[in-house]
Amino acid sequence: MMGLAVQPLLLWSDALLFVMTAVIVALALWARRQDALRAAWARVAKNSVAMSAATVLAVFVLIGMLDSLHYRPRLDTQPGATAQYAVEVHSALDALLSGLRQRSEKTYSAPLATHLFSREALENSVEREFPRLKHGGAHLGENLAGHENDIALRLLFGAGAGLAVWLVMFAALRRRYGVEFKTTLKVGDGDTANGAEKDAEKGAAKSAAAGSVLLTLLAVFMLTGVVVALADGYHVFGTDKVGQDVLYLSLKSIRTGLLIGTLTTLVMLPVAVLLGILAGYVGGWVDDVIQYLYTTLSSIPGVLLIAAAVLMMQVVIDTHPEWFATTAERADARLLALCLILGMTSWTGLARLMRGETLKLRELEFVQAAQAFGVGRFAIMHRHILPNLMHIVLIALVMDFSGLVLAEAVLSYVGVGVDPSTISFGTMINTARMELAREPMVWWSLVAAFSFMFALVLAANLFADAIRDAFDPRSST
Amino acid sequence: MILSVQDLAIHIGAARPVDGISLTIEAGECYALLGESGCGKSMTALGLMRLLPAGARVISGAVNFEGTDLLGLPESGMREVRGGGIGMIFQEPATSLNPVLTVGRQIVEALQLHAGLQGTAARKRAGELLDQVGIPDPLRRLDEYPFQLSGGLRQRVMIAIALAGEPRLLIADEPTTALDVTIQAQVLDLLDELRRTRGMALLLITHDLGVVARMADRIGVMYAGQLVEEAPRAQFFSQPAHPYSVRLFAALPDTKRRGANLATIPGSVPAADARHSGCRFVYRCSEAMAECHKAPPPWREVDACQRVRCFLAAAAPPVAVKVGAGETATQSRQAPLLEVTDLQMHFPIRRGILQRAVGAVRAVDGLSLQLMAGRTLALVGESGCGKTTAGKAMLQLLRPTAGSVMLDGVELTTRSAGQLQPLRAKMQMVFQDPFASLNPRLRIGEIIAEGMQALKVGDGETGAPIAKLLEQVGLRADMVNRYPHEFSGGQRQRIAIARALAVSPRLLICDEPTSALDVSVQAQILNLLSELQRELELAYLFITHNIAVVDYLAHDVAVMYLGRVVERGTADEVLHQARHPYTQALLAAVPHIDGLDKATVKLSGDMPSPANPPSGCHFHPRCPLADEACRVSYPDEIRFGATHAVRCIKV
Repeated sequence: MMGLAVQPLLLWSDALLFVMTAVIVALALWARRQDALRAAWARVAKNSVAMSAATVLAVFVLIGMLDSLHYRPRLDTQPGATAQYAVEVHSALDALLSGLRQRSEKTYSAPLATHLFSREALENSVEREFPRLKHGGAHLGENLAGHENDIALRLLFGAGAGLAVWLVMFAALRRRYGVEFKTTLKVGDGDTANGAEKDAEKGAAKSAAAGSVLLTLLAVFMLTGVVVALADGYHVFGTDKVGQDVLYLSLKSIRTGLLIGTLTTLVMLPVAVLLGILAGYVGGWVDDVIQYLYTTLSSIPGVLLIAAAVLMMQVVIDTHPEWFATTAERADARLLALCLILGMTSWTGLARLMRGETLKLRELEFVQAAQAFGVGRFAIMHRHILPNLMHIVLIALVMDFSGLVLAEAVLSYVGVGVDPSTISFGTMINTARMELAREPMVWWSLVAAFSFMFALVLAANLFADAIRDAFDPRSST
Repeated sequence: MILSVQDLAIHIGAARPVDGISLTIEAGECYALLGESGCGKSMTALGLMRLLPAGARVISGAVNFEGTDLLGLPESGMREVRGGGIGMIFQEPATSLNPVLTVGRQIVEALQLHAGLQGTAARKRAGELLDQVGIPDPLRRLDEYPFQLSGGLRQRVMIAIALAGEPRLLIADEPTTALDVTIQAQVLDLLDELRRTRGMALLLITHDLGVVARMADRIGVMYAGQLVEEAPRAQFFSQPAHPYSVRLFAALPDTKRRGANLATIPGSVPAADARHSGCRFVYRCSEAMAECHKAPPPWREVDACQRVRCFLAAAAPPVAVKVGAGETATQSRQAPLLEVTDLQMHFPIRRGILQRAVGAVRAVDGLSLQLMAGRTLALVGESGCGKTTAGKAMLQLLRPTAGSVMLDGVELTTRSAGQLQPLRAKMQMVFQDPFASLNPRLRIGEIIAEGMQALKVGDGETGAPIAKLLEQVGLRADMVNRYPHEFSGGQRQRIAIARALAVSPRLLICDEPTSALDVSVQAQILNLLSELQRELELAYLFITHNIAVVDYLAHDVAVMYLGRVVERGTADEVLHQARHPYTQALLAAVPHIDGLDKATVKLSGDMPSPANPPSGCHFHPRCPLADEACRVSYPDEIRFGATHAVRCIKV
């Protein structure tokens, strides 16, 4: 029997990520049929900042999803023999970036450099020189004078290619949707406030949002074009201590960041919201128990608690090597456990906030009106309390998202974070600690991690802001 | 002339809350700025002080205070004027004092700034000021914190701070709206006396015609950012010229209009960002003519001191008052719908580690009353006397400590939550604040349907009944999908009434349902309530402190003081032949629009704490008739006729 060229492998976190995506898609389809929800999302869709942010987020999610399609490549064997698969697990993203992954240098090199960052004793020389890179600028040969011209040319070419791809897409969309797109790009500077008819204004707002999506896409395309053109011959963000391309590390970190952010939130959110509302609304001994619980939890220093839990979990994983066929599976289990532990220890702040806010809401007259109708406790919590807390939940979520990515960095520093084989922003920042102490300083790992995280968190923040505004009936007219 | 304002216009973005105001105030004069909420009264005052909120700008106009152009002053010069030349006091005494500083520090701060006094001299002066505003034992009060003072005392402290700079003009923005009538009378007396002794001018901002009648020399009526009428008090109250003023008077509930519908002003004040081509009042005016739509009416002199912005030669009488069915409910001989006996609601005060109860706040302490089907019983009293708590305890929203509540012959207090469920449809509540009583996240339809679903009223189909209910309370059926924030205060209160009516109750407990509303809107809601009573034979338990509303609406009245009913009887008996000194004082404190102060009994001080009620008759520390006998035991009920009963040994 001939085996496949690859053996697909579904890690637990992949499965969770895909289930989450499926649930979101299903919810979106369901929301389309609810008038109120559709109207609220339509308001989000008309907000140009939100749509730009959503576009950027979508790019991040796309990278994360590509990185979640795991497989084991087939090893070369005799024809006819049973197919053998590598122990190493790759993802679709790895396949796309195989060039970046394989072109590793000996050690540090600055972004777009042609030589290593530090002097080394060369073989047939007494002097210590900067050795040439194996891959960075290799196409230039000995003629280094053309280095800057080459970079400029690649910049132009990449930007041009990005623009070309965008124009093709724009033309296709325009053919499909007709004239609507014609005005789209002009709206940015046009004054919509003077539009007398409301319909015209609404249309303008919608096409302004579409315009901002297109402009964001243009920026994304041109940036991608430039990066691709440069990455072909250079290390765009330089290389790290063992010569790995930092751009590759950054792209791989996205999935880890997204997973830690979303899964932890998924664990933490129901606990925090449920316990917070219960404590605030029911009061009495329930309130006491929940308060004691979270006061106790938050009185133990967070890092110590997490470290203890992670170490326990590590012992369990280490004593059961038979559970995991590959190192990737082991690293994945560790990542999931970390999310679980982070979630179970980080709900206290939000729960306290929920409790306080519920105490306030519970005394409001609409809650008493519901009580006068004999509406049940849980129905009141669900209909009257929870919707009026959603804005806090949403803000806390986005704030926590960035906080969690950082928490992962701190934990990696203590040595209890993700598996050493897992690439994450945390591990990148952690190694940057040593690099920043070098003279001359190695700054690019940190800058790369920082700029990717900045884009991700900013996009998430802006998008969450727009959602909160759109779902608050008071702010819409 | 101490202050003259020329064509002041204040814009916030597209909104124009103040749109061309001109007025003058003489030294020592009390000028009242009268109008409904949203008319730009407070914004005008803030504009004069240059304390406008962020985003608001003075677009045009001139403000001249004692010869200085205030709008042209640099900020440092303006700081001298604020507090020094013009003092200001605000509506809410609870939030205008800093809670973490002693009263003395806050007064001394103003004295340091404006009088240059320091140390003991400043403290001595602060004591004098507190004495002037009528605070007993002023030197001790200087070291107290605002939370240790009652609302009336806090407002006095605010006035003392405003007086520290010896201002020539005092701006009082709704100074008594948050206070009880008895306290309001005290504060108004104080303001009036200060004005006379110091020759200080007073710009009084209010929506209350009674306060205006009590205080003002001249009156400016504000509507949608403009003055529409200016007149001296006597003329304003005897012959108001603008249709809006006329209707404000007609909308006031009082005893003469019992059984009749109140004249209402349809609609509400136009939004501040609306553009006007003609008269601003035209959409609510029944005498609007074609020319009213075309151009804004110019000022017209009615006589030397009264002027009005209206095309009409003479103000028409108010819209013909529809006369209703008159006194609706007859004294029925049937068993009462609601019978409350000895109701007690005590909240334990817990202290110490073990949270042992060391005492109790006796919010309601032995309340008894009866309410027949189809009638209105008003529960009257100052804030803090336990009215609202009593209402909630009757509904079993709070479980009473003791006593019995019988609804239609069924005892409620002993029933479990599950057993109460079927009875909930019979009794419902309308709350005070229409902005807090509707969940902002639910649509109107969902809000009204909630009770029907929870109590399984009807056959599960809610669409048609909701449409009918909305029309019944004067809203359109197509409003079901809107959110509460899209409605004005009056409309929200209608929604709250529709929600209560959805389960076809027989008893409606109305907790101050109109206290958050303007006079014209209050009239709409009162009319609606009396129509519904005629139609549906509803019984109302009307909890209020507004005597005029009681006089208009109630069949029976019970006066509450410190958790107990001190006088009860029919409306006529209690309000016109009051026997209890507290009832008499309460009635005397209500300012009347005829401006005559017929106060015979003036109350001093505040209500004592319900955690520590005085011995004997609770009222004796404030009662002018009290003697030793009153301190001994709580008086028994003395009956006058079949319905009238009083708890006082001095009657």
